[in-house]
Amino acid sequence: MMQIESLYQEVILDHYRHPHHKGLREPFDAEVHHVNPLCGDEVTLRVTLKDAGGAEPVVADVSYDALGCSISQASASVMSELIIGRTVPEAIGLQAEFLSLMQSKGQQQPDEEILGDAVAFAGVAKYPARIKCALLAWMAWKDATAQAVKEQTDD
Amino acid sequence: MTLDVARIRKDFPILDRRVRDGRPLAYLDSANTSQKPRQVIDAMSDFFERHNANIHRASHQLGEEATAAYEGARIKAAGFLGAGDEAEVVFTKNISEGINLVAYAMGNATNGQSGGRGGRFRLAPGDEIVITEMEHHSNIVPWQLLCERTGATLRWFGVTDDGQLDLSQLESLITERTRLVALAHQSNVLGTINPVREIADAAHAVGALVLVDAAQSVPHMPVDVHELGADFLGATAHKMCGPTGIGMLWGRRELLEEMPPFLGGGEMIESVWMDHSTFAPPPHKFEAGTMPIAEAAGLGAAIDYLTEAGLDQVRAHERDLAGYALGELGGISGLRLLGPTDPGSRGAAISFTVSEVHPHDLSQVLDELGVAVRAGHHCAWPLHRRFGIQASTRASFYLYNTQAEVDTLVEGIQQAQRFFGGT
Repeated sequence: MMQIESLYQEVILDHYRHPHHKGLREPFDAEVHHVNPLCGDEVTLRVTLKDAGGAEPVVADVSYDALGCSISQASASVMSELIIGRTVPEAIGLQAEFLSLMQSKGQQQPDEEILGDAVAFAGVAKYPARIKCALLAWMAWKDATAQAVKEQTDD
Repeated sequence: MTLDVARIRKDFPILDRRVRDGRPLAYLDSANTSQKPRQVIDAMSDFFERHNANIHRASHQLGEEATAAYEGARIKAAGFLGAGDEAEVVFTKNISEGINLVAYAMGNATNGQSGGRGGRFRLAPGDEIVITEMEHHSNIVPWQLLCERTGATLRWFGVTDDGQLDLSQLESLITERTRLVALAHQSNVLGTINPVREIADAAHAVGALVLVDAAQSVPHMPVDVHELGADFLGATAHKMCGPTGIGMLWGRRELLEEMPPFLGGGEMIESVWMDHSTFAPPPHKFEAGTMPIAEAAGLGAAIDYLTEAGLDQVRAHERDLAGYALGELGGISGLRLLGPTDPGSRGAAISFTVSEVHPHDLSQVLDELGVAVRAGHHCAWPLHRRFGIQASTRASFYLYNTQAEVDTLVEGIQQAQRFFGGT
C-alpha cells in the first residue's frame, strides 16, 4: 500500500490493536461522553486529578471506553499514555500542540520531544475527513478536565 | 433493450478523473450524490451564458426565457413523477426542505395561521404521526420537532432482521389517531423498496395523509405518485444527475391549496398590506424569494437525460449490478450485508460491515485505490442502532457503474482486511 502508510503508521496500528489505559476506572472526578456526529464514533472518558498540595494539580488517571475507527481508538490510547502523570497545565499544553498539528494541513513538523508517539498522527492532518477522529479523545479529555478543575475550585 | 453503459460513461466527464496516486475513479457513492452528465452541465452553462434573468417579474426577453426554463422544468418534473398537473410540483432546496415544508405547514395550521383552510392539517395532543425506523434523519427530525410544537405523538414501524418494515405492526400503528404517515420509498442504507401502496391504503382508510421520501427511488426506477398512493412525495435533483440546490415536493393540489404557507417573502404573495397579506395559489405560495433558476434548468436537463436513457433500463441495469455485487460481497469472509439479499426487492445502495475493519478505515483504504464509497451512519443513526452497529460502509451504484468497479471494490475490501486484520 502506498500513501496510506503515512496515515496508518505502525505506531497507530499498534495502539489500535493493543490500546493502553482502556476501560473505565473508579474513582474519577469527571466523566464526559463525546460523539463524532459525522460517523457516530463515541468515547466515554473519565479524568482523575490529584491535588498536589498547593502546586498545580496532576492528571492522575485517564480512563475511557471508545467505539470507533483505528485513528480515534489509537489517538485515545496515545493521549492517555502521554498525559497521565503530567500537571494539568502541561497536559493542556500538549492538547494545544496536538490540536495545532491536526489543523496544520500537513504543514507543521511535529516535535517528537513534546508529542512522543502522537507525532505518528501528523499524516492525519492531510486527510480533512479524519481530523475529527484523531481529536475526539483529546476534546473529550479537555472537556472532562475543565469540569474536574471547576469542581475542585468550587469545593 | 439494455443500457449502453460504455456510451453513458462518456457523458460523465468526471468519470475520466484519476484520483490519489493516479488511480481511475470508481465512483460508488451515488446514493450520496450522483455525478452529472455533460448535458446537465451544458444546460446550466447555457442558462448563465445566454438566458440569465430573474423569473416571473422581469418584463424583458431574458426574463421570459428564464421563466420558460424554470417553468419548463416544473412541467418536466410533473411528467417525470406521473403527476400530470405541474401546479402540484413545488420546487424546494432539497428533500429536507420539502419535508419541513409539510411539517411547518401543519404546525402553522395548528397555530391558526392564515393562508390556508387548514382543517385537516391541525394537530392536537392525541394525534399521531407514524414514521419508520429506517428513515433518513431528514424524515425523522422534522416530525420530532412538529410533535414537540403541537403535542402530537410520534410512532414508528420497526425493521425486521432482514431489513424489511415490520408490517405485523400495521394495524396497531395506523389507527384513527394517525394523521400522517411518512416513509421512505427506498431505504438509503438497506436498499429496501418499501410496500408504499399497502401502507398508503391503510393510512387512507383511516383518513391519514401519506408523505413519501423518494430521494433514493426517483433517480433509479419509474415512480408514479398516483400508483404509490402518495399525498406528498419528495425528490431531489442532485441524486438524479442534476445539480445540488433544487428539490421537488409533489403534493395533491387540494392539499397544497388548503395548507398555509411555510416561508414568507417575495413571489409567494397575492397582495401585501402593512398588517397582513394574502397568498398566491400553489405552487408559488410555497416558493418565497428568488428560486434556484439555473438549477431548475439543470434539473430539466437531468430529467430529459434519464428519460432518454429509460428508467426501466436504469432499473434493470442496477438490479443486475446489485445482484452481482451482493454475490461477490457475500462471498467475502467476515463481511455482513445489511438489508434484503434479493436484488428484485431492493435498490443498488448496498451497506455492509467488515469484521475487524472499521468503516472509516475501510473507506480510507478504498479511497486510496480510487474507490469512492460512504462510511458512517448515512444519516440513519436509529437504523444502525437497530442493527447493533455504529456505522457501516455503503457502496451505491447508478447507471454509469460497471461490474469491473464491483471487482475493484471487492479487491479493496480484501486488501483492507489484510492491512488491519494482522495482529
